[in-house]
Amino acid sequence: MRRLFSFILFSMISVFMLAQGHDHDHGDGHNHDHAHDHESHAGHDHDNGETHAGHDGDHHHANYLISNPNTDCGASVSVDQNHEYDPTATAIHHISDANVYTILDAVRIPLPAILYSKDRGVEFFSTGKFEAGHHDNGAKSYNGYVLFEGNIHKLACSDKFVDGTTAVDGFGRVEVAGADGKSVERRYAVIGGKGFLLEQKTIWDGGILGGGVTSFMDLSPTKSVVSMLIVCLILFFAFRAAAKAYTKNEGQAPSGIQSFLEPVFQFIRDDVAIPFIGEKKYEKYLPLLMTIFFFILGLNLWGQIPFLGSVNVSGSLTVTMILAVLVFLITNFSGNKNYWGHIFNFPGVPWFVKLILTPVEVLGLFIKPLTLMLRLAGNITAGHIAILSFVGLIFIFGNSGTNMAGATTGTILAIPLTIFMMSIELIVAFVQAFVFTILTASYIGAATEEHH
Amino acid sequence: MIYLSGFAPFQPTPGLALWSLVIFVLFWLIMGKYAFKPIANALKKRESDIKDSLEQAALAREEMAKLNAENEQILAEAREERGKILKEAIDAKNTIVNEAKAKAKEEASRIVTSAKLEIENERKAAMISVKNEVGTLATDIAEKIIRKQLAGDNDHESFVGNLIDEIKFN
Repeated sequence: MRRLFSFILFSMISVFMLAQGHDHDHGDGHNHDHAHDHESHAGHDHDNGETHAGHDGDHHHANYLISNPNTDCGASVSVDQNHEYDPTATAIHHISDANVYTILDAVRIPLPAILYSKDRGVEFFSTGKFEAGHHDNGAKSYNGYVLFEGNIHKLACSDKFVDGTTAVDGFGRVEVAGADGKSVERRYAVIGGKGFLLEQKTIWDGGILGGGVTSFMDLSPTKSVVSMLIVCLILFFAFRAAAKAYTKNEGQAPSGIQSFLEPVFQFIRDDVAIPFIGEKKYEKYLPLLMTIFFFILGLNLWGQIPFLGSVNVSGSLTVTMILAVLVFLITNFSGNKNYWGHIFNFPGVPWFVKLILTPVEVLGLFIKPLTLMLRLAGNITAGHIAILSFVGLIFIFGNSGTNMAGATTGTILAIPLTIFMMSIELIVAFVQAFVFTILTASYIGAATEEHH
Repeated sequence: MIYLSGFAPFQPTPGLALWSLVIFVLFWLIMGKYAFKPIANALKKRESDIKDSLEQAALAREEMAKLNAENEQILAEAREERGKILKEAIDAKNTIVNEAKAKAKEEASRIVTSAKLEIENERKAAMISVKNEVGTLATDIAEKIIRKQLAGDNDHESFVGNLIDEIKFN
């Protein structure tokens, strides 16, 4: 009983701490606007920028309204006095990849930036140059690049800012009607009291999700990449220790980390690999299945640790796409005559059925990895959003930190909901890793099955 | 899809794609070689070892049962043998005792017979010696009586009395 009580107390403190981080922005964000104006007018002077760098950590960037949104360079702007807490934008920001690793809005670890642009080639520097502040917005631009909500963007008129750092006053976004009638969001960085359009990052979606290849490409090892490396290293050392233990006390009962990993390992082998791929061929695919399972599980769990960045790696479509593409390639390269026969020339059905069946089977080839990709990304992202929504209740009820009673009610509501959601997510972390692995095994099994 | 357009986690970015491909493939190769293969082999070996051990244990148990049965048989035979030997021993003992008894009886009767003979002989010798003594005594008495008569009549009677006393003392 006491344990439960202290757990709830701890959660309450934690949620409040998280809330505090956001309160700053809305409580005193506007007070600094005039100071920003002064700074920004002198912004082009680099020495001046340097002298103001000292209190960059303290002040926060204002939100701006863009008056003439069709101007790319030097749009006129005004400070947004009525900026409100936007739960959707906040949630998306928290589950998106970033070029800085932020822990609890307090610790910002700069990461290397590797940028490629058509006009400038490859550039390599630390994202510490941006001096990221609240919401991971950079207080400085560097060589025509700015950091907006954790992501590096290229300024539309980057040629005006090629040499070194320039102070950034703040950012603004505006919706305009696009060419095809859909609304398009244009984002601006305000430098020297003028708005400069941010170019979209290159997105490999073939234009389906509103992205496309732009003039620059961000190839930096981001927060997600760092998380992947950390998780892989943890898993490597854990399994290496276990593998060494197997040679050290050979033929003995497992001990330590062995007894922790062995049941999971045996579960994947005996309940996933062998039943689906078969006793004869499973060994060839076992390392792949194990890697998939532990890679996904590790990343799922890493994203569940509160205040450690809450990185949404396995919920990122990019990562699941890579996994799905690999599964697709491995499955189809392992496919035997029997497998291709079932796709293009299904045995034992009349020709007119084949006319329908073959296209369906060919479609199925691509739908299978597509579902793998969407299922994992969707489940993990949904979990993150659910948790963020419950935490967001505090800000909605508390009117962004102005209503203490509302915030308290929101906190009391948010804690049990968040605890419940996190418990569910713990199950989802295992289930999704298992589902991805078992489906991969079943696809490979179907591709390598002998004729019977 | 329109709603997804601003949804950053679902926008495939080239940087993350390349890095995750490199990391995953490296992780797969390294883990496969240095972790999963050795563990899988060790597990397989241990499982086959356990299977072998169980089979061997079953074999040993069978062997044991066989040995036990043999032992039982041997024991039974030994018990029978023991009975036989005991019986023989008892028989031998009885014969020896009987023989000994018979011999002892014979010996005893022989000793008794010879003892009787000895006694008879001794008695005869004693009789002869008594006879000889009585003869001597009588002769002595007769000699002394005769001598006294010669010396005086009065003293006969006391003299004979003395003589008798003397004999008594002797």
